[in-house]
Amino acid sequence: MISDAILDVQNLSRTYTSGGHALTVLDDVSFALSRKQTCAIVGPSGSGKTTLLGLCAGLDLPTNGFVSIAGKRLNDLNENERALLRNEHIGFVFQNFQLLPNLTALENVMIPVELRGERGSEKQAEQLLQRVGLGDRLDHYPAQLSGGEQQRVALARAFINRPHILFADEPTGNLDAETAKKVVELIFEMNDELDTTLVLVTHDFELAQRTQRVIRLRGGRVADDSATVSA
Amino acid sequence: MPADHTSALDPSVSRSPRGSLLPWFFRMAWRDSRRSRQKLLFFSLSIVLGIAAMVAIGSFGRSLENAVEQQTKALLGADLLVQSRDVFTGPQKEFLDALPATQSEQILFSSMVYFPKADGTRLAQVGGLSGDFPYYGEVETFPTNAWTQFKRGEGALVEESLLHQFDAEVGDNIKVGELTLPILGALRKVPGDNEFFASLAPRVFLRMESLAATELLGDASLARYRRFLQFDTEAQLESAVTQLRDRRDELQLRFDTVEERKENLGEALRNLYRFLNLGGFVALLLGSIGIASAIQVHVRQRLDSVAILRCLGATSGQAFTIYLIQGAALGLAGVIAGTALGVGLQQALPLAFANFIPIEVEFAVDTWSALRAAGAGFLICMLFALLPLLQVRTVSPLAVFRRDLDHVPSRDPWLYVVYGAIAIGVVAFALSQTQRWQHGVAFAGGLAGALLVLFTVARLIVWAVRKMKWKNLPFPWRQGLASLHRPNNRTLLLMVSLGLGTFLILTLHLVQHSIVRELMPENQASKPNAVLFDIQSDQKDGILKLLEEQNLPALGVSPVVTMRIASVKGRSTEDLIKEKKIRNWVLRREYRSTYRDHIADSEEMISGEWVATASPGADVIPISMERGIAEDLGVGVGDEIVFDVQGIPVTTRIANLRKVDWRRVQANFFVVFPSGILEEAPGFFIVTTRIQDSQQSAAMQRVVVKNYPNVSTIDFTVVLKVVEGIVEKISFGIRFMALFTVFTGIILLITAVLNSRFQRLRETILLRTLGASSGQVMRIQVIEFLLLGFLASLTGIGLAVGAHFLLTTFVFKVGFSVPVLHLALAIVLNCLLTLSVGLLASRTVLKRPPLEILREQG
Ligand SMILES: Nc1ncnc2c1ncn2[C@@H]1O[C@H](COP(=O)(O)OP(=O)(O)OP(=O)(O)O)[C@@H](O)[C@H]1O
Ligand SMILES: [Mg+2]
Repeated sequence: MISDAILDVQNLSRTYTSGGHALTVLDDVSFALSRKQTCAIVGPSGSGKTTLLGLCAGLDLPTNGFVSIAGKRLNDLNENERALLRNEHIGFVFQNFQLLPNLTALENVMIPVELRGERGSEKQAEQLLQRVGLGDRLDHYPAQLSGGEQQRVALARAFINRPHILFADEPTGNLDAETAKKVVELIFEMNDELDTTLVLVTHDFELAQRTQRVIRLRGGRVADDSATVSA
Repeated sequence: MPADHTSALDPSVSRSPRGSLLPWFFRMAWRDSRRSRQKLLFFSLSIVLGIAAMVAIGSFGRSLENAVEQQTKALLGADLLVQSRDVFTGPQKEFLDALPATQSEQILFSSMVYFPKADGTRLAQVGGLSGDFPYYGEVETFPTNAWTQFKRGEGALVEESLLHQFDAEVGDNIKVGELTLPILGALRKVPGDNEFFASLAPRVFLRMESLAATELLGDASLARYRRFLQFDTEAQLESAVTQLRDRRDELQLRFDTVEERKENLGEALRNLYRFLNLGGFVALLLGSIGIASAIQVHVRQRLDSVAILRCLGATSGQAFTIYLIQGAALGLAGVIAGTALGVGLQQALPLAFANFIPIEVEFAVDTWSALRAAGAGFLICMLFALLPLLQVRTVSPLAVFRRDLDHVPSRDPWLYVVYGAIAIGVVAFALSQTQRWQHGVAFAGGLAGALLVLFTVARLIVWAVRKMKWKNLPFPWRQGLASLHRPNNRTLLLMVSLGLGTFLILTLHLVQHSIVRELMPENQASKPNAVLFDIQSDQKDGILKLLEEQNLPALGVSPVVTMRIASVKGRSTEDLIKEKKIRNWVLRREYRSTYRDHIADSEEMISGEWVATASPGADVIPISMERGIAEDLGVGVGDEIVFDVQGIPVTTRIANLRKVDWRRVQANFFVVFPSGILEEAPGFFIVTTRIQDSQQSAAMQRVVVKNYPNVSTIDFTVVLKVVEGIVEKISFGIRFMALFTVFTGIILLITAVLNSRFQRLRETILLRTLGASSGQVMRIQVIEFLLLGFLASLTGIGLAVGAHFLLTTFVFKVGFSVPVLHLALAIVLNCLLTLSVGLLASRTVLKRPPLEILREQG
């Protein structure tokens, strides 16, 4: 266990019961990440990667075990406190971008700041959008942007609160190789600029190789963890 | 920190403390509504008509009430009528003169009048009148200016039938007692004079100044002394009535107010107000349901956005606030537009329908009541809107990963709070409208019951369609049926909104139908409007034959036996008169009683039991007494009264009390004996008939008088016309209200169907992408819409018939009848409307390129 862990996952299990029988999707998963660390979670489809990410971000509660972020145990927080924590410490990037369809690019990026009741977020958001190369698309709606552009807006949104930890669930899954590359570059650049811890779920072996640590899931269990091997 | 930070990420841009999020909520609500605003505004339409109805009904109802009030006042001619059987005593005069009112005095008594030209005499009711009576309504005379001449004291006014009887004309003389004076015209209608049954004699009016000259007032024992009073304010009237009531024993004055007359108008008037209120409320409910279903669809489309917001750290309360603001804005827009429409409607209605509306509708807008209606409407509408809005609270941020997950709202405890608040709101509103908590609770209960039935039926349909195997059906049928149960189906939404709409509107329509049917002239057509009385036993057959020759129906033949009261509860009339507890005339008057074995249809027994026959040998005869006279005599069921029937004492016991419907011209009797007792007593007959017009009336009266000079006729057509006038206004009000609500219902239906199209949007487009022809897609939808429309109508109709039965029986107290044709028509119309709106809505969707929509839906 790492003492200054920003993310600490201990004996995490998640079981779904549907139609009377239980399905264990995650089984006794443990790992910890320190600040600025980058980590990839890989594994076959259905191995529980997204489930794990959701639990780490406090979007769901585990059946067993616990998750701590910045020293706070998510189990001890209620829904609203977890929401607050997400807003302050966590950034998100999804495979299918998840922009609010009726908000412009700029407005989408502003939300996390606005949610904190802060003012002056517009300039900040504008600069971030310029940073990801969309300075001239501020007033465009998601439907008017390509997939790569949408993902870059999502990146700007994820970073605007300077999160301690960024979760990215197959951020390039819906993008072509060229665009994917640009987005990946951006993720790593900004991650570096902001000292953000990065948790990346991906099928892309090459991309996984760029992180400091690779955790391989199979059938809900940690099949392989590069940290334990190399350490 | 590394030096190459971009300024955007500069940590020196410090995190300021959390400020108020309120402005942001509004900003988000505004941004999020982009591209839905037109749609949302359109859906706010559903509440517009409901609110408009509420606002307009308030003042429409008041106009109607005023119109009826004015007409009712004409039934009395004044605010207050005070009368006595004796000359007003000193204290009585003092009391009356001190009242802050304009007064007219009238003395009424029976006397023979003489027509010199025809050399005929006749018993008439002579009235001397002073002052400006009538204060309300008009005296109708022929010629029309006769009343003005009369007020100048130039002569007498004589009952029209009396003039016909003696072939007298305007300008001829009439002799009343010792006074001969010219006839100024024929009396047709006098406000307040509808108590004919007390006297049953034609009227002759003189001015008070002429009365002394008749020298008839010496024999004043049978006279009635009346004062008609008009007050400036309602408060003055009320204070006068209170004093009259409190000092009853001291003053010994009988009085009559418009309120009491209105009470007599009975159920018809009460039904009008009940119906108006019910109609307004139903319109509002329909609108609220429309809003709720619009928001339901809107919120469903926003669940993804909510999940994203939750991922970004918005609490469920914050996300909820955003959509609550949208819902409130939607409701507010509807309420503002509705209020404007309601007010506008009030201005436009009288102009548009001036010739059709039998009343004058006020132009004045009562701001306060309009605001109150709007406010109450907004509250109810918001409560309904909360039902779908609460789903926002339960959206899990996890939904961003599993967007196909059916957003099954988990049990939110607030949902029950809202249900409770709706129940309370509905009860409170119904209460404020009906002033009866039973009605409020029944209304809310009925609504809840209907909802439950609709929910259950919807679930049953989904269950049944899923269970059954449809393998052999053609593709569109299989798809159409399957759409009823597939995830994200609109079965529940349409069943509830269509079914509830059908239920409420049809209930309203059926009740309207029943009330109006009860009031309709057709049903009055067989009711009598003229009475022939003083017919001797040996003249009865002759009179009946004569009526037949005149093509007039004999609608009722009642035997009459005159009698006087000998003692009440064992105390003789003389003793009672000395005691002065019961008014003289009640004890002294001649009672014209009848005997029969059944209760007449114009009567209603209010206590005791009906006794059909009695044997002459019985010691005590059970009788039926009219409620009012029993009150005057201070007797009730079980009390004993001895009548002096032309010299023979007959001991009776009151077996029951009756209420008499004054609207019917029937031979109404204070006392009814059972069959088997009075058959042999000397008496006469009363025959009631129905005449068409005054010519027929005159012709009949001439023939009757020629052959049977002792028989008198009274024509009640004019009195009945007043009543019919009121009834006409009431029916109009009821019909109008029903129409208004039907329109609201149609809008609701359109909204519901339009709303539901989004539910199938993706699927329809996918089907088309997969190569389904637009014809096939169309057929699938036709089947789905027709099935839903049909089943919802059927359920709604079943509910409506049940509610109609309960309402007519317990609230409106009118006959229950179901116009089957209307119901069949309702089904057909409902299906057609659902289908055409549904197809129209999906056509606009089908015409757009699929790509655009797929992209939009993301
Ligand atoms: N709410 C749920 N109810 C039942 N089963 C679930 C639920 N959510 C996830 N699962 C199951 O859990 C397993 C893991 O799902 P998860 O989405 O985490 O996989 P994944 O590794 O992200 O796969 P992919 O690479 O395809 O995205 C799957 O078999 C899935 O069906
Ligand atoms: Mg996944």
